[in-house]
Amino acid sequence: MNLPVLKAADFASDQDVRWCPGCGDYSILAQMKKILPDLGVPREKTVFVSGIGCSSRFPYYMNTYGMHSIHGRAPTFATGLKSTRPDLMVWVITGDGDALSIGGNHFIHCLRRNLDVNIVLFNNRIYGLTKGQYSPTSTEGQVTKSTPMGAIDHPLSPLSVALAAEATFVARSIDAHVQHLGKTLKAAAEHKGTSLVEVYQNCNVFNDGAMAYAQERKQRADNVIELEHGKPLIFGAERDKGIRLVGSHLEVVNTADVPADDLLIHDAHDPNPSIQMMLARMRYPDMPEPIGVLRSVAGVATYNDQINEQVTQAKAARGEGDLSKLFRSGDTWEVTA
Amino acid sequence: MTTSTPTTNKKIESVPGITVRLCGDSGDGMQLLGTQLTNTSALAGNDVATFPDFPAEIRAPRGTRAGVSGFQVQFASEAIFTPGDTLDALVVMNPAAMVTNIGDLRKGGILIANEDGFNEKEYKLAKVESNPLEADVIDQSYRVVKVAMTKLTRAAVAEHGLSTKIADRCKNFFAMGLVYWLFGRSLDPTLRFIEAKFGKKPDVAAANVAALRAGWAYGETTEEFSESYQVEAAELEPGTYRNIMGNQALAWGLIAASKISNKEMFYGTYPITPASDILHELTKFKNFGVRTFQAEDEIAAIGATIGAAFGGTMAVTASSGPGIALKGEAMGLGVMLELPMIVINVQRGGPSTGLPTKTEQSDLLQVMFGRNGEAPMPVLAPRSPGDCFAMAVEAWRIATECMVPVMLLSDGYIANGSEPWKIPDMDELPTISCSHPEEQTGDGPFLPYARNENLARPWAIPGTPELMHRVGGLEKEDGTGNVSYDPANHQHMCDTRAAKVAKIAERIPEQDVNGETSGDVLVVSWGGTYGACHTAVNRCRQAGHSVSHAHIRYVNPLPRNIGTLLKSFKTVVVPELNSGQLRMLLRAEYLVDCIGINKIQGKPFAVSELVEAISKHTSTHSQSKAG
Ligand SMILES: Cc1ncc(C[n+]2csc(CCOP(=O)(O)OP(=O)(O)O)c2C)c(N)n1
Ligand code: SF4
Ligand SMILES: [Mg+2]
Repeated sequence: MNLPVLKAADFASDQDVRWCPGCGDYSILAQMKKILPDLGVPREKTVFVSGIGCSSRFPYYMNTYGMHSIHGRAPTFATGLKSTRPDLMVWVITGDGDALSIGGNHFIHCLRRNLDVNIVLFNNRIYGLTKGQYSPTSTEGQVTKSTPMGAIDHPLSPLSVALAAEATFVARSIDAHVQHLGKTLKAAAEHKGTSLVEVYQNCNVFNDGAMAYAQERKQRADNVIELEHGKPLIFGAERDKGIRLVGSHLEVVNTADVPADDLLIHDAHDPNPSIQMMLARMRYPDMPEPIGVLRSVAGVATYNDQINEQVTQAKAARGEGDLSKLFRSGDTWEVTA
Repeated sequence: MTTSTPTTNKKIESVPGITVRLCGDSGDGMQLLGTQLTNTSALAGNDVATFPDFPAEIRAPRGTRAGVSGFQVQFASEAIFTPGDTLDALVVMNPAAMVTNIGDLRKGGILIANEDGFNEKEYKLAKVESNPLEADVIDQSYRVVKVAMTKLTRAAVAEHGLSTKIADRCKNFFAMGLVYWLFGRSLDPTLRFIEAKFGKKPDVAAANVAALRAGWAYGETTEEFSESYQVEAAELEPGTYRNIMGNQALAWGLIAASKISNKEMFYGTYPITPASDILHELTKFKNFGVRTFQAEDEIAAIGATIGAAFGGTMAVTASSGPGIALKGEAMGLGVMLELPMIVINVQRGGPSTGLPTKTEQSDLLQVMFGRNGEAPMPVLAPRSPGDCFAMAVEAWRIATECMVPVMLLSDGYIANGSEPWKIPDMDELPTISCSHPEEQTGDGPFLPYARNENLARPWAIPGTPELMHRVGGLEKEDGTGNVSYDPANHQHMCDTRAAKVAKIAERIPEQDVNGETSGDVLVVSWGGTYGACHTAVNRCRQAGHSVSHAHIRYVNPLPRNIGTLLKSFKTVVVPELNSGQLRMLLRAEYLVDCIGINKIQGKPFAVSELVEAISKHTSTHSQSKAG
């Protein structure tokens, strides 16, 4: 069979996109439509499942199957769907509130089960849809509608949470860094097992510029470090800064001051998440924040494979279930007229 | 191992039925004893009904009243519908078991006590001052048989060289042997059970067999018993029977529904008493294409269930009241998505954690209305352990025909109770045909919310080219399924979702009635109280009262003739194990006054209390008062 060659536009639904003009969500939508044709999965085999939030409107804009579910629970719907329909490519679209507040439990359990779905977490460090309350990723002291004197919660890092849950694929990208975003989404799709991509997403209405240090091209070079497996950790507009492991912590060094092999070489495939966790903990302004694939470990069994494997095994061992035999298993007796 | 039961040389008295309760500490193996006696009696052709009653704690402090675990079984040569009110015989392993249960033993009934379990230490634990067996009133009221079960068991198993601790664990088999002797039961089924269960530990198996036989022999030789009792086989409808528990029947009903609808099943759940046994049962049957998912919580369980339904699988979730509360929001989504699925609530005592191991019917209004917005769901309620099978099949039939989540409302009493179940012929089972559109027919775009004569929408599933569509919890435009905030559309969609459920009344059976369809009193009941209400109404009728009985299995929508029925009686009486929930629904829907008989004690109705309460409303009763 000759598969039709799809273009980005083929993935657009007939619904009007209703995000605020200038919202970072548009860019993520555009990159998604752009990479999907490259994956070679037919539209009807692709499903977007989302929770609730501005970001979670995403499925309505895709000409694929989709489910806009309830707040925080998208991973659960994806779990039932992927477990019973492993033939589908399932994406979970979620926000920082959706995934980390109300849905924190499901987020962790989806990752630890290594369900073969791709989670894209739109992190704007704010509750967009409910008009501007602080979120679990809002920074300390952040003034929002619900924190007029500044947020007093300590923020949560989705990457650290994912690594702690032994996720097999953990990455971060940025709405405005379109090429990097497309590349990262694609890598996530290609990974077998749960993939988490945190995307820094600007909410230009309620939290404008909160991540400008990473989003703006000029600032980005000094505040963000692009991870690549097997490559030394180097950053800066002049590529003159690097990261070195000293004892049990990471430090920024001038590349000119240290021998080249002193720099940390990124190992995304290391099953031990310790150094990946150190990278996840690097925070602006003290450290550059990592983007790219922090962790990508292949060969870990997926939940969907295993749940189906057990059914196959049971059928092979005991034969296709026979109701009549089931009903007559154990003691029975006859009553005659 | 010889597998034959010796025969008694003592006198045998034939009786129509026996009610026995076996009580001991949680660790004494009383549930096992009870299940064995039940199965053996069922195999002997008796009709049986059981009532296991155990504490919420796994091992409540030993010897205390809180730690008493009991199992009641009635076996009879006639059709019975309840495990019995008063006991003909009571077996107690310690003082706590005795003092908490003796009140239910009928005058002249047999009390068998493990003498070795009665000592100073045990009196303290049971909070009694002295040996309750020695009280004069006990000797005067009952036939007391004291047996040194611990010592006799130790002696019987001595040759197998087990530690005292293990040897003492055999004493429930000794008690079983004695009970089997007393009621003329065959040892064979239990010998087979021991072989299957302990076959890998031959010394334990042999010791249990020795204890069982020693118990039997004790009955035959002791002078305490001059006769044993025999209950003839009951006249049941011809067929092949087995004994079945409610949760097991429910699980098998689901498996059957999956088979006859040609769908593999997904079962998402989070453990909770008394629903967990459905999971334990289903997960054994992966070769039937059953996929069980133990989720991180009840919300995840129903979320996964909805996800599976979206993918085209038979999807089921189950919990008890507390978990159903957590599922509320997702059930509403299920209603909006108009996807078929089954939500099971095996009720227990509430509110909050309530009485986890006790029964109650207090979640009826929760399952009717416990969702935000107008979110009607069909509600079916099995009436007995065996009926769980039929109603599970029925739930899936309605779910798929109407594209709607269906609530199946069971309770702890029927979930853990058991009865003989006539094994259905495969061709007796209804057929359930599920289909998915395969392509876009007709002009224009695919309409995921187009409706058929049942007001059901097409079950189009991912993987089907051309039918790509998005579903979600936001209100949708009828037909296209697109998000719509249009006021008139919202009204139309709410009306349509309600009409779809209401229309089910056209395709379910009319309400049947035991007795005349008009008269003085109509008893209306639902769920697990069936047996007690049925028996009570029959007794009232035998006493010459004009009493009829309608037991509702389809709670929402109600059968189409219910309104007429209610209006055909002078008085409508509604017994419920809650404060009047069905009564509220009936009054609201039909403007008929209904009188409640309500009990919220975590216990089922006794037949006698119902007879008394119902009789208050019969005209013969008021006449006799007047006269
Ligand atoms: C059960 C429930 N509680 C609360 C809400 C209200 N609510 C909708 S979206 C949202 C927060 C969304 O924030 P986030 O996940 O960060 O998404 P964003 O809008 O920022 O993309 C809240 C609290 C809801 N829809 N459901
Ligand atoms: S509120 Fe913020 S996140 Fe939501 S659409 Fe508008 S800009 Fe985007
Ligand atoms: Mg947000």
